[in-house]
Amino acid sequence: MSAVGLIQRLAPGVRWARRLAQIAFIVIGIATVNFFLLHLAPGDAAEVMAGEAGAATPEFMAALREQFGLDQPLYIQFGKYLGNVLTLNLGYSFRQGLPVSRLILDRLPATALLMAASITFALVAGAALGFLAARRAGHLTDTIISVIALLFYATPVFWIGVVLIVIFSVWLDWLPVGGMATIEAGYQGTAYALDVGRHLVLPAVTLGLFHLAIYTRLTRASMLQIYGQDFVRTAVAKGVAPGRIAVRHVLRNALLPIVTMLGMQLGSILGGAILVETVFSWPGLGRLAFEALFQRDLNLLLGILLASSILVVVVNIAVDLAYGFLDPRVEIS
Amino acid sequence: MGTLTSLPVAKVRRAREGMRLRVNSSALTGGIILALILVGAAAAPALYPGDPLDMAASPFIWPGTDPAYPLGTDMLGRDIAAGILHGARVSLLIGLVATLVSIAIGVTFGALAGFYGGRIDWALMRATELVQTIPPFLFALAIVAILQPSVPTIVIAIGLTAWPSLARLVRAEVLRLRNSDFVQASISVGASHRRIILLDILPNTFAPVIVSASILIASAILTESSLAFLGLGDPNVASWGGMVGAGREVLRTDWYVATLPGLAIVAAVLGLNLLGDGLNDLLDVRR
Repeated sequence: MSAVGLIQRLAPGVRWARRLAQIAFIVIGIATVNFFLLHLAPGDAAEVMAGEAGAATPEFMAALREQFGLDQPLYIQFGKYLGNVLTLNLGYSFRQGLPVSRLILDRLPATALLMAASITFALVAGAALGFLAARRAGHLTDTIISVIALLFYATPVFWIGVVLIVIFSVWLDWLPVGGMATIEAGYQGTAYALDVGRHLVLPAVTLGLFHLAIYTRLTRASMLQIYGQDFVRTAVAKGVAPGRIAVRHVLRNALLPIVTMLGMQLGSILGGAILVETVFSWPGLGRLAFEALFQRDLNLLLGILLASSILVVVVNIAVDLAYGFLDPRVEIS
Repeated sequence: MGTLTSLPVAKVRRAREGMRLRVNSSALTGGIILALILVGAAAAPALYPGDPLDMAASPFIWPGTDPAYPLGTDMLGRDIAAGILHGARVSLLIGLVATLVSIAIGVTFGALAGFYGGRIDWALMRATELVQTIPPFLFALAIVAILQPSVPTIVIAIGLTAWPSLARLVRAEVLRLRNSDFVQASISVGASHRRIILLDILPNTFAPVIVSASILIASAILTESSLAFLGLGDPNVASWGGMVGAGREVLRTDWYVATLPGLAIVAAVLGLNLLGDGLNDLLDVRR
């Protein structure tokens, strides 16, 4: 039996051990990258962590230098930094007056909501458009959809946001310009949820349109590829209705590459979230990153970089697991 | 639905024919768009001598109201047309050089990993995965924030974050070529590894790399404009993204300030994507 086969037959514990090792490797790797970035910044790491320009008292700076061993050789500093990161001590943001890990956890739900909404929108609308284009391949519908996808694929996220604000908030006055809720209204329960929903529409669509273009192109391409396969010919030969073939035989099999793409695109969706949250003042991680940037709170910025990388790894593991449900032929490794 | 054309096979054939027609037209359209942008970028110093960041006229001249300023002026009286043309030079320069940096790293990693295999492959691919895991835009943003924004630091940041997909592509190509007859022949006559990699293998990865390059330049331009939009552009040069960002302040009343420069970004990225699509099929790259 091959080594791979052996591993696959071992208990799921081995798989999870491998996944945890993968996470640990990524965390240590990114912490290393962060450490060197901190040292590239002008001034010593204590000044950088204190948010520069005298945000903290001299006594505190001295304490900070001691805590991170800045008077000691680089490898000891690195060890201390790594130890802090692994115990989830990402430092303290003097500009915001809160620990970095706390700030990140506070802002995570808003970003998660935005990303979930925009990914759902991009997936559903993208699969529908791609489906339509594939069924009408070579016709006008296909051409129109393909051109639209091409345009959205080339349009910067922040510019879509600006244009949507001009149209839907300034001209039509249908949707709010920004923020996550109408604070002064003091809504409760369902009214609050509806209010957040109204605020969510524009940011979610803005973030989703670029990825909608990707999913449209991908669905169309993989459906056309599957249309050429023997089992589809068999289905046609035995008289299955074309609509049923398109949905049950072709679309279903075309969904797998889309899920793969979703996992691969997660990092870029997070990057887009920074821009969208900045445009719409959405109080999430991206907005926090922008504030950190503006206040030159580099330690906070690097903390966000680490946290979002971990998020990417975790979601990719979830995607791996989802394969097994979508396609029983795929062995989870 | 009894006609032959409703059969899936016909559907696929029609799609392929449609695609072949579109291939040449998309390479052509993309090429024309890019050529126009290049002409504009080249003509910028002659058409609009002087610094595009200087005040040229009174602020808020709307597009189409003053023939001397066809695209109007912004809130500081800067000529928007001058900014867009000068911005084209910056965007194209950054896109091109950052992509060259990415290609240098990606091709080196991919070639060494694919050719030597074993531990070298393992180490290089783990490094590639690591960089691929970090959200690229956030990574580039952190690098620029720390090194201070300027054209060289933006180039470095984009170049350092965009190479992983290229490294994987080149590695796959090298793995395929490594066992081909002509490479085995070179090995058997005792050619050095360097010679085999540089003269036998890499020239054959040229087609997919050139296709990737046009897509990479497009995404580098998007990244550069996004950085500038957030205020991380080089403060001394005009940038499309920076113009959109600055125009946000007057979005309610003078929306053209923020929206017009964005059209230039769309045109440049669309042109490069179309060119990439077209080249992909013309060079018959399978992906």
